[in-house]
Amino acid sequence: MLSLIHARRTILQCEIINAFSLNVVRMSNSTDLGYKDVHLAICRYDLAGTLGWQDVKQRYRRSKLGPFWLTISMGVMIGALGLVFGGIFNTPMREFLPFLAIGIILWVYISTVINEGCTAFISSDAIIKQLPLPLFLHVMRVIWRNAVILAHNVVIIPVLFLVFLKPLELVAFLAIPGLLLSTLTLAWVALLAGVLCTRYRDLTQIVASVLQIAFYLTPIIWMPGLLSGRRSFFFLEMNPFYHLIEVVRAPLLGSAPTLTNWVVSAALALVGWIITLWVHGKYKNRISYWL
Amino acid sequence: MALIDFQGVCVDFPVYNASGRSLKKRLMLVATGGQLNEDATGVVVIRALDNLTFKIGDGERVALLGHNGAGKTTLLRVLSSVYAPTSGSGLIQGKLGSLIDISLGIDPEASGLENIYIRGRLLGMSAAEIKNKAPQIVEYSELGDFIEMPVRTYSTGMHMRLAFTISTTLRPEILLMDEWLSVGDEGFKHKAEARMKEMVQSTSILVVATHSRELAMNTCTRALWLEHGKIKMDGSSKEVCDAYFGPVAS
Repeated sequence: MLSLIHARRTILQCEIINAFSLNVVRMSNSTDLGYKDVHLAICRYDLAGTLGWQDVKQRYRRSKLGPFWLTISMGVMIGALGLVFGGIFNTPMREFLPFLAIGIILWVYISTVINEGCTAFISSDAIIKQLPLPLFLHVMRVIWRNAVILAHNVVIIPVLFLVFLKPLELVAFLAIPGLLLSTLTLAWVALLAGVLCTRYRDLTQIVASVLQIAFYLTPIIWMPGLLSGRRSFFFLEMNPFYHLIEVVRAPLLGSAPTLTNWVVSAALALVGWIITLWVHGKYKNRISYWL
Repeated sequence: MALIDFQGVCVDFPVYNASGRSLKKRLMLVATGGQLNEDATGVVVIRALDNLTFKIGDGERVALLGHNGAGKTTLLRVLSSVYAPTSGSGLIQGKLGSLIDISLGIDPEASGLENIYIRGRLLGMSAAEIKNKAPQIVEYSELGDFIEMPVRTYSTGMHMRLAFTISTTLRPEILLMDEWLSVGDEGFKHKAEARMKEMVQSTSILVVATHSRELAMNTCTRALWLEHGKIKMDGSSKEVCDAYFGPVAS
């Protein structure tokens, strides 16, 4: 009940701020915290949603299966990787395949949001140069587009669970807050990457390479149990991607994420957002100049 | 009440050449101890607008005159608050609308009707508002059954008609334009002309960049002559037009 009232109030606040910002615009090169830009963008979530949907639709407009092509190609990839690496590591398929599927589906979501976040502003330059929309909106569009794609890929998971007759436990519901927490972190990474990559165009390539390396360093195609001692500390505990994936993957596989997973994920979101809001506030007025 | 008040607005564009934009250059610069001078970093600054101070009040129709590269488009973009002034400050009071790129956001693969929604959303209309206005837009654009067809099947004229109709549904208080819009075939042209006139009449401030003496003289009350980003002349449209285009030979 209380949250309902709170939600209503935020909606009202949005309207006031929206109308206000439309009616009086004060322009100067002063910098502020990026908070206002982000807030205004969140107020126009429906526009980000429309544009994000449009992107997905556009990509698959004339194909019969549409976005389910994503599901199919993802399924085939998981099957192939599962056969090869399950064989190499000698892990039973019943255990390995669900682990691999969840990991890869999440990784594709995480890495695509970050990669596309790098070009979020560059690829919307036509809109940015014409309409005074809040800039974070373009990042939200990227996130929404990939969330839609994630939703298509997720279909694979229950199918796999059925095939292996693996029960889904109650703890699986923890995956939902986990995913939200991960997305919260992804949102600032994408925004920060977007701001920096618009200024330094080479950064896009650097980010792409780093992500590719991170894919192998993170337990996605190999299981964390294979590591022990100091190695496990470096590749698991020190790896932010591990925590971001684990808060979603662990509950789906039937165990609650560790306290470290939660704390690291929450700290990443909090500290990251503070830094990003500062950077975004400082440079948001420059972004249209850099395009 | 609508108002535009600019105090000493400057716009400087940094021009990063291919290497200036890269991180490598930055790192190398640190490594070489900053011996390279500023030009060699590739950051050349172009002053597109130089210290503009003016006020536009209710009811004014302003023509922006000037040669190519004088800063007309940049000024329009500052007015639509896309570019924040590098120095100086600006105040814009009133709901903004722009007819600068009416095709922005139109997806050729989506149907005409879907595009009404996308474009409407971009222009800040709510879903309910668009739903209300969609039948009018469809009727006005005279696209008939084609409205269900993907826009890529449209002819250029039909495409423009759709874009024009959506964009002119709004009634902003401050209207920005880059030249007068003229769309469609003979029949539609007259309709569009009337609609444009009506839209211009209902707005309290019009700012239009133009090269047409006729437009500046007939529609506008005031003209700003920009040259190299500075205001060369600011006065009634007749005065400025006589100075800019030369006196009418008659």
